[in-house]
Amino acid sequence: MPEKFLIRINGTGFQAARGMTVAAAVLMAGVACFRRSVSGEPRAPLCGMGICMECRVTIDGVPHSRACQTLCAPGMEIRTDA
Amino acid sequence: MIETADVVIVGAGIVGACCAHLLQREGLRVLVVESGVIAGGATGSGMGHIVVMDDNPPEYALTLYSQQLWNRLLPELPAPVEYDACGTIWVAADEEEMRGVHSKFASYTMRGVRADILDSRQIAEAEPALREGLAGGLLVRDDSVIYAPCAASWFLQGASVRRARAVSVAAEGVRLDDGSMLACGAVVCAAGAKTAELFPQLDVRPRKGHLAITDRYPGFARHQLVELGYLKSAHGHTTESVAFNVQPRRTGQVLIGSSRQYGVDSTSIDRPLLRRMLQRAIEYMPRLATLSILRTWTGFRPSTPDNMPAIGLSPAHANVWFATGHEGLGITTSLGTAHLLVDLMAHRTPRIDASPFAPERLWRDA
Repeated sequence: MPEKFLIRINGTGFQAARGMTVAAAVLMAGVACFRRSVSGEPRAPLCGMGICMECRVTIDGVPHSRACQTLCAPGMEIRTDA
Repeated sequence: MIETADVVIVGAGIVGACCAHLLQREGLRVLVVESGVIAGGATGSGMGHIVVMDDNPPEYALTLYSQQLWNRLLPELPAPVEYDACGTIWVAADEEEMRGVHSKFASYTMRGVRADILDSRQIAEAEPALREGLAGGLLVRDDSVIYAPCAASWFLQGASVRRARAVSVAAEGVRLDDGSMLACGAVVCAAGAKTAELFPQLDVRPRKGHLAITDRYPGFARHQLVELGYLKSAHGHTTESVAFNVQPRRTGQVLIGSSRQYGVDSTSIDRPLLRRMLQRAIEYMPRLATLSILRTWTGFRPSTPDNMPAIGLSPAHANVWFATGHEGLGITTSLGTAHLLVDLMAHRTPRIDASPFAPERLWRDA
């Protein structure tokens, strides 16, 4: 895997680095809302260690993927709730 | 002081709740006795599928009568009941099961049940997450899904519910575990899988089931999906069986069943059986394997040797009525059961034949 590569976050290109989590990439891209709760409230990473499930996003079409537990990979497509 | 009521109902599940609702409408004073929480038995642990089943004439008559009662009532029920008129698709894996679809179609349409035969392409369009190459299916439009505990609570509005365990029933009333006596004119036993605690003579046995629920994946499943071979699991009497039975919830969650087990008391998860159940579901919906399961749990259905409930007067008491033994169809048949029972109690002729449900067929001398 190259040191730097391109991923897409909500359709916009983002330069990610090897070893970076999806959670870090999404935050660095300036996206504050990772997902919406049942009642529509914004949610973002809380525990950062895979327990709280607040950081879930859709990664390469798989919904409810934990951003904090997934490393970025070249060409990855990430979708957050609006 | 001795509490009095016209009717004491033992059990605050969906069946007891429906009976309470209708008996109160008759102008009777009703007291419901529940040892656990409201709807805490099979009502709370099951799927909440309202489904017409045509396996045998009495079951067909009761499920159809009951479904029609539900469909008139459901639009009036509050939002937490989560009424979803999603319909059922009976899934046929091969041409042999497709013949079963055709006979089911004939049986349904003969009684005015709205049903459509789906071919291989149509079922794939209706449910894209099903595996390719299925023979087809039968869409039954008027089946629906509810969240049954909220329906039970709605039926119990205005009824007195006493948190106690009924320990014995005598001519004068019901004795509770705290020693008190509830004097009443009649008793309705709607105790479901716990019926034997009070009436060991009535052959109603717990039959354990497992369910799993996923996170929210809106649109993953659109109808309640049941394999056509489901009846082999539901009505067979093998010790253990699983069947593909998947339900979309209004939240977008997917509820995955089903398993059946006799002779097990423990509420704990049987992991090998849960694995078999999930594997069966994945055979039909391969992408289920990528979904996150949030929770798994078990429950107990009140089963009877002939798979039919006990509705009617006790053969051994003058004032004890049964409304129990509904196996996996208690949500569907609760309303019909209550109407049937109240008509029998009021000496009116019920809308459907009550004789196949007479409790004496299940009565054994202890």
